[in-house]
Amino acid sequence: MLSDIRLKSEINPMGDQRNRIHPHKFALWVAIASMIMMFAGLTSAYIVKSGQASWQEVQTPVWFWYSTAVIIVSSLTMQVALRAMKQRQMAQYRSLLLITLLLGIAFVALQWVGFKWLWTHGVRLEGAGEGQFLYIIFGLHALHVMGGIIALLVILLRQYFGKVISYNTTSTEVMSTYWHFVDILWIYLLVFFIYIG
Amino acid sequence: MNNETTIHVHDGSVLHDDHHNGHHHKETFITKYIFSQDHKTIAKQFLITGIIWAIIGALFSVLFRLQLGYPDQSFPILETFFGKWGQGGKINPEFYYALITMHGTILVFFVLTAGLSGTFANLLIPLQVGARDMASPFMNMLSYWFFFMASVVMMTSLFVQTGPASGGWTMYPPLSALALAQPGSKMGADLWLISMALFVVSSLLGGLNYIATILNMRTKGMSMTRLPLTIWALFFTAILGVLSFPVLLSGFILLLFDRHLGTSFYLSDIYVAGQILPNEGGSAILYQHLFWFLGHPEVYIIILPAMGMVSEILSVNSRKPIFGYMAMVGSLFAITILAFLVWAHHMFVTGMNPFLGSVFVLLTLLIAIPSAIKVFNWITTIWRGNVRFTPAMLFSIGFVSMFISGGLTGIWLGNSTIDIHVHDTYFVVAHFHIVMGVSAFFGMFAGVYHWFPKMFGRYLNSTLGYIHFWVTIVGAYLIFWPMHYMGLAGVPRRYLDFSLWTTFNQFNDLNKFISVVTIIVFAVNLMFVFNFFYSMIKGRKVRSANPWSANTLEWTTPINPGHGNWEGDIPEVYRWPYDYGKDGREYIPQTEPYKPGEKVH
Repeated sequence: MLSDIRLKSEINPMGDQRNRIHPHKFALWVAIASMIMMFAGLTSAYIVKSGQASWQEVQTPVWFWYSTAVIIVSSLTMQVALRAMKQRQMAQYRSLLLITLLLGIAFVALQWVGFKWLWTHGVRLEGAGEGQFLYIIFGLHALHVMGGIIALLVILLRQYFGKVISYNTTSTEVMSTYWHFVDILWIYLLVFFIYIG
Repeated sequence: MNNETTIHVHDGSVLHDDHHNGHHHKETFITKYIFSQDHKTIAKQFLITGIIWAIIGALFSVLFRLQLGYPDQSFPILETFFGKWGQGGKINPEFYYALITMHGTILVFFVLTAGLSGTFANLLIPLQVGARDMASPFMNMLSYWFFFMASVVMMTSLFVQTGPASGGWTMYPPLSALALAQPGSKMGADLWLISMALFVVSSLLGGLNYIATILNMRTKGMSMTRLPLTIWALFFTAILGVLSFPVLLSGFILLLFDRHLGTSFYLSDIYVAGQILPNEGGSAILYQHLFWFLGHPEVYIIILPAMGMVSEILSVNSRKPIFGYMAMVGSLFAITILAFLVWAHHMFVTGMNPFLGSVFVLLTLLIAIPSAIKVFNWITTIWRGNVRFTPAMLFSIGFVSMFISGGLTGIWLGNSTIDIHVHDTYFVVAHFHIVMGVSAFFGMFAGVYHWFPKMFGRYLNSTLGYIHFWVTIVGAYLIFWPMHYMGLAGVPRRYLDFSLWTTFNQFNDLNKFISVVTIIVFAVNLMFVFNFFYSMIKGRKVRSANPWSANTLEWTTPINPGHGNWEGDIPEVYRWPYDYGKDGREYIPQTEPYKPGEKVH
């Protein structure tokens, strides 16, 4: 009996529960709601502050447009990687995952360059204007991307050095949902800073 | 078979539970008691850590009550405990701020959030929904250890040279943001912020798990409307936590930047300790908005688990179905929504636009409706019931009493016109101690007395339980009821010494009285702690799997369940959990199928 079930669950991790979402995926959605609240808290603080006296705006460095392009492309490669995995094209899956990882690192690097540009153009931490909010909000977003990079690295290492080949798509699905989330979050933040700021 | 298969989804972490024929994996002391992934062990870890914090937090209140009651006298014990902060046996006025700050922080967050929902969400969710463990046992373990780290950091802050954080449990800037402002805003405030950041991570990890488990891991037949009300309450608690703690964290991040990196989010035009600060353009009110957007849901995070457990315990011990199950769920839902819409009622005196204030007044007063629904349903549940006055039942009834008393003053304070007058007085202190502090403690005690047999396979001593209950409820009213009058007379909170105000000297004897009662109540609660640890080892053993003749699933497990909870398959559920006194039967467990022709609830 038990072994039957186990066999079935290895093939289809959800077993009989086709209608129910995997608990890990569901937990991620709840976590996303939580992260949205954090950034909503910060951007609403921004709105409140921007309506008050002595609000100072900054120029958006061109580097943030490059990083936007990079993270959008990385979202696409992540999605194609997931599709490759579902079709069991593992070689393609691995290389796409690796590209996503490199693009993620490139994104964080470009953000850093953008920060440097602002810093050299006189935007320091003193004050409470757009620049200070930008450092904190974009910095926190970059931390979230770095979290994703670490997760990607773990998945990749498991793929290259794991003892068993796993065709279980759950962790990759969770990964891709998170990756698209930080992508969309970035676009929201950029648009927010350009239009509200 | 649903649940059987769900459990396999976790790679390895829970798999071994399915060897439920006695072939358990060898568990070492460390994996079984320290880094355990068993939700029941994690629950006990939360509870015991919470008890330790409760003793410390309550001890602080006893010690400062000593000074408040007898402002002229010196007590050598204060010097013993506080060293240089209690030189000559008198509390240093600055250290008094540190004491009330830590008293609030410890009780609100470490005891009544982590200690209460950490304990009972962990213990009851898998057992009552019929799951072998949480959605992610590993994250659940992390949740406890983040709480542990937060505890270590907070504990450390008590011993630093400049003292722990002293800006009030709300940590309002600029007082909390400037090291120059007071000694407690030096290292103590940093440790406080770090500890709270770790605490937020802990409660997010926990909350994610609770929600995912309740929605995805229920056993076959356990539809949402067959869930015990404890689970509904813990579910809404977790939602509140997951959506409001991150906002607090963003407020803290801005505060940390203001403290150390020269930003001015909260600071503007400040002259402190003879210095003019360069900060400009900040708004201290912004912090209050971010803080209270968590802070208000936080009070429901504290009270909802108590409400859920009380609903369950009242029904079980009245041998009657809960009155108005769907109304209870609906009112929990309404409270959850309103919790996010009323935060500014803590800020009526910040110069808020009176029109905006009136909107918050309206939304605040709306909470009276779901609260009243719940109170009436509790009373109608025990009405003409066959009541068994166990200690758990007494504490549940005590909870209802406290919640009514404290809730009524909530209507006063919710009106900005009255709040502006009694703001920052003992009236507010009395209100929230009764409605949130004592009520939640009563819910927690009820839960401990009721589920102790499930946790340790033994009973708590009932005689000590009765003494505990009666002294605590009488004591709680004697301590906090008079504070309402003091507050109406204008006695401000957070003041160490009132002797210079001749107006308030009329309360000197009352203050002595309150302090004496506080000491008695503290002693009796230490007796409860003794009862807890003594009964854990030496208490009367539980002989029957279902000692309270209750319907819920946790009583279908063995008396001392292993990791995985049920030997063999997880039972299937056929009915709601409140079939008490139905068709001439005292109780019908959830696992019993409907008989042909039986009326379905």
